[in-house]
Amino acid sequence: MGEISNPGLQQDGFDLTQFYTVFFEEARENLANMESMLLDIDIVHPTDEELNAIFRVAHSIKGGAATFGFGDVSLLTHELETLLDRLRRHELSLKRAMVDLLLEAGDVVKAQLAHHQGSSDQSPPSDTLIKRIRAMAAGEAVEVDVADGARCLDIRIGPLTSGAVADGLVELFRDIPSLGTIEALDQGQLSADGLRRFKVTTPSPDSELLELFSFHVSREQVRIAPFGAPAGATGAQAVAKPRATSAQQPTADGEGYGFFVDPKTLVVQSPGKGAAAAGEGDSERRSDGRGRGEKPAAALESTTLRVAVERVDQLINLVGELVITQAMLTQRAKDLDPVQFSSLLGGITDLERSSRHLQETVMSIRMIPMSFVFNRFPRMIRDLASKLGKQIELKMVGEATELDKGLIEKIIDPLTHLVRNSADHGIETPAKRLAAGKLPHGTITLSAAHQGGSILIEVRDDGQGLRRERILNKARERGLPVRDDMTDPEVWALIWEPGFSTADQISDVSGRGVGMDVVRRNITALNGTVELDAAEGYGTRVMVRLPLTLAIMDGMSIGVGGETYILPLASVVESFQVTAGMVQTVGATGRVVKVREEFMPVISLDEVFRVPRQDGDRAPEIMMIVEAEGRRAAVLVDELLGQHQVVVKNLETNYRRVSDISGATILGDGRVALIVDTASLVKRARH
Amino acid sequence: MQSILAVDDSASMRQMVSFTLKGAGYHVIEAADGQEAYEKAMTQSVDLVLTDQNMPRMDGVTLVKNLRGLPNYASTPILILTTESGDEMKTKGRAAGATGWLVKPFDPSKLLEVIRKVIR
Repeated sequence: MGEISNPGLQQDGFDLTQFYTVFFEEARENLANMESMLLDIDIVHPTDEELNAIFRVAHSIKGGAATFGFGDVSLLTHELETLLDRLRRHELSLKRAMVDLLLEAGDVVKAQLAHHQGSSDQSPPSDTLIKRIRAMAAGEAVEVDVADGARCLDIRIGPLTSGAVADGLVELFRDIPSLGTIEALDQGQLSADGLRRFKVTTPSPDSELLELFSFHVSREQVRIAPFGAPAGATGAQAVAKPRATSAQQPTADGEGYGFFVDPKTLVVQSPGKGAAAAGEGDSERRSDGRGRGEKPAAALESTTLRVAVERVDQLINLVGELVITQAMLTQRAKDLDPVQFSSLLGGITDLERSSRHLQETVMSIRMIPMSFVFNRFPRMIRDLASKLGKQIELKMVGEATELDKGLIEKIIDPLTHLVRNSADHGIETPAKRLAAGKLPHGTITLSAAHQGGSILIEVRDDGQGLRRERILNKARERGLPVRDDMTDPEVWALIWEPGFSTADQISDVSGRGVGMDVVRRNITALNGTVELDAAEGYGTRVMVRLPLTLAIMDGMSIGVGGETYILPLASVVESFQVTAGMVQTVGATGRVVKVREEFMPVISLDEVFRVPRQDGDRAPEIMMIVEAEGRRAAVLVDELLGQHQVVVKNLETNYRRVSDISGATILGDGRVALIVDTASLVKRARH
Repeated sequence: MQSILAVDDSASMRQMVSFTLKGAGYHVIEAADGQEAYEKAMTQSVDLVLTDQNMPRMDGVTLVKNLRGLPNYASTPILILTTESGDEMKTKGRAAGATGWLVKPFDPSKLLEVIRKVIR
């Protein structure tokens, strides 16, 4: 903030850009507040307090936008302010359509701000929206205008490997009539650069389209532009521009200020003496910290600090190295005479404690509460419910539970899929629910809680559950090996199979391929697990378990022919001594072991990793049962060396990708140990 | 140094006002709403109060009324920030005992111009 001391700024050439960041942050907070207030508001009996608070949001953003010269934002928020002012004066009564419109306007303001912040090229068009708000404020019905609100868009999807993937979008529009119309512009063929092109006419905002599209294609593959010339966007800016300049010079119709008392008499009258005398003591006290030379930025009154993520990661890396060095020292010092070296050993113990604390503290910097993910769902559920004609209540538990920033960002998409699934395929329509003897409104519960070293996230609904018969039929169609006497968990596990799109069979609402396998793949990539439980007619529960961080892992170190490997502790189920005759041979090469009435494949780690055997024909003595993606396998090892926390180092960035290995760590004695990728190991054995 | 109590619930506005005034050599005390301003006003005297109207807990007009009830603030100049369409507000402000008004949005030089007319 060194530029603030620039004396030039104390003259009239004020540089307002320095306040932009604060304004953007404040506006974003305000909009988020408005959204949650609108979602919570009782439409029939809104309290004055709520209406005033929502009014203040629009008022405050408008004031800031006008001051800092964001004409389009102040134009739109001005209309909102007018509507909200009438509402808080009870000149209009709140309607559901109004809440919808306010939410939509909030989205547009958000997009306008994003545009000014430079994160998008186009300012969203707001002309029709402003018309609708005006009509609403004038007390007119806006239904007619809604149709006018439809936009004609040019949507490109890709690059894709197969054009058929995008056909799901066409289905989407067929299933949800309120979404508008879609028309393929390319007869289903991919363009030379692998793109599909559609013409879409829709009243839905981009964010909603993206959300729906993400069932078929990833968000990054979607490009949305106004159809034909980008007239809509420039139109809004053209309207906004003159306003922006007039905001800078408010003196057009006068001085922009006035006095009830003549200021000249005031200066004489106003003694300032008494006040100054009384204030004298204060000003002396102030002068130490709050003098003229003080940097104005200190006025931010913030107790938080914004730091680049890279710096935190660098810190985490360094602490990781420190922990390794400390572990090395501890190991070396083990053989020292405790009497002779008592002070050195005491120091090493202190070092161990401090470095553990340091590591925990540094890791906590990257921790973000789950509310970061959860907060997007109330709005999504509200929109989905009205689109699907359902009544859905969303309950959230444990939003304060913290999770590593990197993980939290990667869990958003899978969780969104799961919540959507619950709303879409789980919860029934009110009529159906009543017929089944349930309450007309369904409930989706989102919860997060810490459990040991991991976080457990649960998406639960009280909808129709999964239908066993349909899944089995579908599986047969797909040629999957199924039997009628499969247990329920085995049947539910089928929906995680790649390409097992149950949507057209299970869902009565829409015909979307849901791609649960993608959800599972994403979660597995984070070292997490996902399980599903369902009861037909009563609901579905999906449990996602994730490690708190990807940087540290609980591992079991095992010895194989003189080498040390690490097995992720989370995947180890049990271990026992191998006895003669336990392992049976099947076919030419297959070996299986029967554990508690279950046959599972046997994997020799020394064979998989081709560990040289210098110790003659010593046979592996320990068998460890590992589980990954719901399947188990038995791993043969020589010995168990112990369990400890390991700092995970990425092998790919430091060396290259190695199959069946997920990373590496440095052991206390300075040697490198490879971390076994149990998921790929189990998969290899099962195939 | 003359001191000014700046009251606004918007942090960006507060920061802008505060920065402008400090740059011009005033001492600035900030408050995020009328209630906080009133509490701060009770413990110290200032040479001018500049307040927004729409704020949570206590709005600008109520703050003016309350301040006029404090002996130290009987004749302290108080300016209310108002929006263009604030005729009704101006009447209320006058009735409450405000010294004058300043239309929002304003730019920093305008702010200093008004303030220099009221305190020197």
